[in-house]
Amino acid sequence: MRFLDTFFDGAVMAKYLPDLLSAIVTTLWLSVIIVIGGLALGLMLACLHSLGRWYLTLPIVAFADIGRALPPLVVILIFYFGLPGLGIRLSGPMVLILVLGGVLAAFAEEIFWAGLTAVSKGQWEAGRATGLSFAQTLFQIALPQAIRLGIPPLVNRALAITKMTALGSVIGVKEILAVSSSAQSFSGSATPLTMAALAYLAIFLPVVVLSRLLERRYAWAV
Amino acid sequence: MSAAPSPSAAAAHAEVHQRPVLEINQLEKCFGDTQVLTSIDLRVKPGELVFVIGPSGSGKSTMLRCCNRLEEPTSGSILLDGEHVTECHGRALDKMRLKIGMVFQGFHLYPHKTVLANVMLAQVKALKRSKPEAEARAKEMLEHVGLAHKASATPGELSGGQQQRVAIARALALDPKVMLFDEPTSALDPELVGSVLKVMKRLRDEGMTMVVVSHEMEFAREAADRVVFMDGGVVVESGTPDEIFGNPKSERLRAFLSRLSPGAA
Repeated sequence: MRFLDTFFDGAVMAKYLPDLLSAIVTTLWLSVIIVIGGLALGLMLACLHSLGRWYLTLPIVAFADIGRALPPLVVILIFYFGLPGLGIRLSGPMVLILVLGGVLAAFAEEIFWAGLTAVSKGQWEAGRATGLSFAQTLFQIALPQAIRLGIPPLVNRALAITKMTALGSVIGVKEILAVSSSAQSFSGSATPLTMAALAYLAIFLPVVVLSRLLERRYAWAV
Repeated sequence: MSAAPSPSAAAAHAEVHQRPVLEINQLEKCFGDTQVLTSIDLRVKPGELVFVIGPSGSGKSTMLRCCNRLEEPTSGSILLDGEHVTECHGRALDKMRLKIGMVFQGFHLYPHKTVLANVMLAQVKALKRSKPEAEARAKEMLEHVGLAHKASATPGELSGGQQQRVAIARALALDPKVMLFDEPTSALDPELVGSVLKVMKRLRDEGMTMVVVSHEMEFAREAADRVVFMDGGVVVESGTPDEIFGNPKSERLRAFLSRLSPGAA
């Protein structure tokens, strides 16, 4: 009984459910924007990388390496508390989107790029020899293969980074963790944190399952 | 000009003053300090099948790959139907490549697309055919190589020989003026070689102009109008299959042929 009272207190649940639901909505839309923006930016950078011009490659590689090396929390704090000193004031959600989207883009660029380099030279030659342009060969032949190779690591990375929306709790974004941990302080019950854990599961577990199906569907024999 | 047609080669295709489909003039290719091709001259007449033989590293494949500029020639010129391939850039080069079909040793079919989509892709994207038109043409070409029933398969489901025939169909669907074959059967299990050679033989009989780099000497004897022997980046000897295999003039060719099939030549 003590276990249930601690983690599944019905009265506490009922009291904080509305707050938590709106927090779930916040986490969801932040995640969607971060994933779409991060993957799109990463894909674009990988395409530019494939042009093989040093003046593009150099900044792209620098961005990808720095983005992967820095702990996102550090960058979030710098953006939120440091930039106002320069007169740049960004809202909490905006900082979260910029930083986590950027970090995902850095990883995605690496993953797409690794996929592109794994596509054999012969595929490029077959495309070019049949009169396709560089861009056509990239988009019709190389990228589809690179993307399929990248799906498992991309899903993992996208999940890991969207879960970091919880870092928004340190800069006042009313996402799941912020709302539930303040509810925990007010109520003195751990139940809101249980609710947060369940909410995260409800959001991310289907994505994990979906990615498995996706992988299976896109597997092809070579 | 070492590769100029000899009288007997001309007899095989009687036209004397016909303009060559493919013309290679003084082609040179260096990789860094290493010269891999030295003053190559070759003229391929309409409907002719020129067979290129030589030890590995002799520059055969590089010569072939210079013809559609997968390798950039260091100097010299290449003409297709009188047009300079070597002076094309950007879109003009892409357009030129449409007229030069190429078949690779490793097939290089697109694994993420069906067989039909493999044959349609460049037709739609590069040749700007409508989809129905491209599909009809693709089906026709697959029929031609005996693989119409595999249209909806993916390349991974096909044997090597079948993949190579699809690759041939993919190139043919663009109505090229010349077909280049870069060791088309070298990656195949022996029992699958015949199916690919059969398709090539039929192409030849239909009048396709072809340049074939290969080690299939039997096929060369049977189907080639002219055999070119390369060694060390130069054309050492060229002539009819009978001349090359029956009466090799140079020591290098004799050595090559005896290494290849002891007791045959």
